[in-house]
Amino acid sequence: MSDIKYILGSFGDPDEMMHGIEKLQENGVSIYDVYTPMPIHGIEAKLGIKRSRIDIAAFCFGITGTCAAFALIYFCAVIDWKVNIGGKPSFALPDFIPIMFELTVLFCAFGMVLTYYASTHLFPGRAPRVMDLRATDDRFVIAVDAKDNTAHTVIDGLLKDAGALEVKYNERKYISYE
Amino acid sequence: MSGHNESILREPLITGDNITYAKITDDILGPVENKPNKAWWIGFIVSALGALLWVVAVSYTFWNGIGAWGLNKTVGWAWDITGFVWWVGIGHAGTLISAVLLLFRQNWRNSINRSAEAMTIFAVICAATYVVSHMGRPWLAYWVLPLPNQFGSLWVNFNSPLVWDMFAISTYFSVSLLFWYTGLLPDIATIRDRAVGTRKKIYSIFSFGWSGSVKTWQRFEAVSLILAGISTPLVLSVHTIVSMDFATSVIPGWHTTIFPPYFVAGAIFSGFAMVLTLLLVARKVLGLENYITMFHIESMNKIIILTGSIVGVAYLTEFFIAWYSGSEYEQYAFINRSTGPYWWSYWMMMTCNVISPQLLWFKKIRLSIKATWILSIVVNVGMWFERFVIIVTSLHRDYIPSSWAMFYPTWVDVSVFVGSIGLFFTLFLLFLRVLPSIAIAEVKLLLKSASEQAKMKQIKEGHENKEYVAEYVESLQKFDSVKQEDYAKI
Repeated sequence: MSDIKYILGSFGDPDEMMHGIEKLQENGVSIYDVYTPMPIHGIEAKLGIKRSRIDIAAFCFGITGTCAAFALIYFCAVIDWKVNIGGKPSFALPDFIPIMFELTVLFCAFGMVLTYYASTHLFPGRAPRVMDLRATDDRFVIAVDAKDNTAHTVIDGLLKDAGALEVKYNERKYISYE
Repeated sequence: MSGHNESILREPLITGDNITYAKITDDILGPVENKPNKAWWIGFIVSALGALLWVVAVSYTFWNGIGAWGLNKTVGWAWDITGFVWWVGIGHAGTLISAVLLLFRQNWRNSINRSAEAMTIFAVICAATYVVSHMGRPWLAYWVLPLPNQFGSLWVNFNSPLVWDMFAISTYFSVSLLFWYTGLLPDIATIRDRAVGTRKKIYSIFSFGWSGSVKTWQRFEAVSLILAGISTPLVLSVHTIVSMDFATSVIPGWHTTIFPPYFVAGAIFSGFAMVLTLLLVARKVLGLENYITMFHIESMNKIIILTGSIVGVAYLTEFFIAWYSGSEYEQYAFINRSTGPYWWSYWMMMTCNVISPQLLWFKKIRLSIKATWILSIVVNVGMWFERFVIIVTSLHRDYIPSSWAMFYPTWVDVSVFVGSIGLFFTLFLLFLRVLPSIAIAEVKLLLKSASEQAKMKQIKEGHENKEYVAEYVESLQKFDSVKQEDYAKI
């Protein structure tokens, strides 16, 4: 028993899994994480996960892009080398807008996605930290830390009552390293 | 989500009566995990030969310069820019499906967005190669970037739509790629966790270590929504700016304010046609009838009627405004388009883009796979002619009749164009083999609410209004993947 690190409740149905989360929480079992093959709406509220602040990051990156584009064009076309085109003003703001818009989108998209990759630890070649290989296929997996929650038989019972098809006892945190 | 039932009046988005999460994965990964069949090999060899032709023709152009093309003093843009605008336009449907339809919560996009986005990326690659090769000295292509004067030129002209276009196309390409790839991560992880050996290692690298934990998904959805939000104006801006390459000039026939909306509608029109051309075949060959259903095909056909009609109205408006402007040059440009030496290309455009898509008003045609497929090709032929008409017929007779000329393509012009189609299909066929052609995770989301079996369960529970059920069953008749006899007793 002492070697068990994680208890995994593997469900075949997202609604049953949600029910399983409720059951565990009612009995004071803390949930480490949940792995699913698709996004489950409403699960964040159950697990007390705060709203993602990635939109704030996206806005900041976007506005940086707008300013960068304006600064670049203003420097090139107004300060550094004015080109006299039929005596028209070199500070022609309407002509600046398309590039300002494009760079807003570019900075916003790349900044946000790279922030997402960084905050979620996603990068090319990263060893996948997977507890159950079927969690990306057809199983909805609740992971419970076995060291923090010692009543293993109770947890087993709760998961099975809620409809878990399988309860696994992993001695390693991530099986995908093998 | 899964806890709620969807209105019975909505058509199912997944058909079949024993679909499970595991079956969705198996069905979609079938082409990725198994050896390709004969149809794929034939398609691939033909396309690869086309791509080879493209390599030869583009290399020939690079080596000899654009004198290899049929351009002359009067017609300085012809098949190159026609091809460029055509490909960029085709690309637009992918972003429209993945971004605009996401914002409008059109769930039917879930099973077509992946391949449409892939199509966008490959189409923009084809378009970009035209831009680079039409420069004449492609090794100096970096001159379009705002580089300081030491490089031998002044700063680029920020008042020029051509410079805007460089920013627009490169932003569009890179943001589309990012959007597509981020969406692919969970599906690559699915392949990874089912694979063994070297395959597992390769997919593991490309999956970025995706785990599917709660936070990953939560942020993933936020990121997707924001990317959709910024891609929507982006896609509109791209073709707007492409149209400004023409509209801000003073050439009669180009100098019109209607160009941006008209180009955007045309882009969506041709893009959806290309999506249909590809998916009608892919659906059959890959056996994805349960995921890309007749409802999807009909919905895309409806978008084609709408955008085709917008394009038709734009053609008529252009003509009217040419007359109404009172400018004799503008008037001549349009009379020359429809009755001059290129009358055939104008009427080809009118027939393919305005008249033939109207056939889709007939339910029978809209629901016929063969007719839809033929019409989708007709639309793309028409859209190619639209760009040809705009570009060549506006240029070939300029202000001095002594410089009037005709454009005759050389074998290089033809080969670059035919070759770019080969390149496009080669990339698309490779994509079908190595990556899931349908967004697996997104389709799984629909299983418990919008699938035929979920609706069947709803009907059997007996709480649904009888009239609604009858209407639903009637709507199922158009599906070729639904067993009609299951509904006979209801």
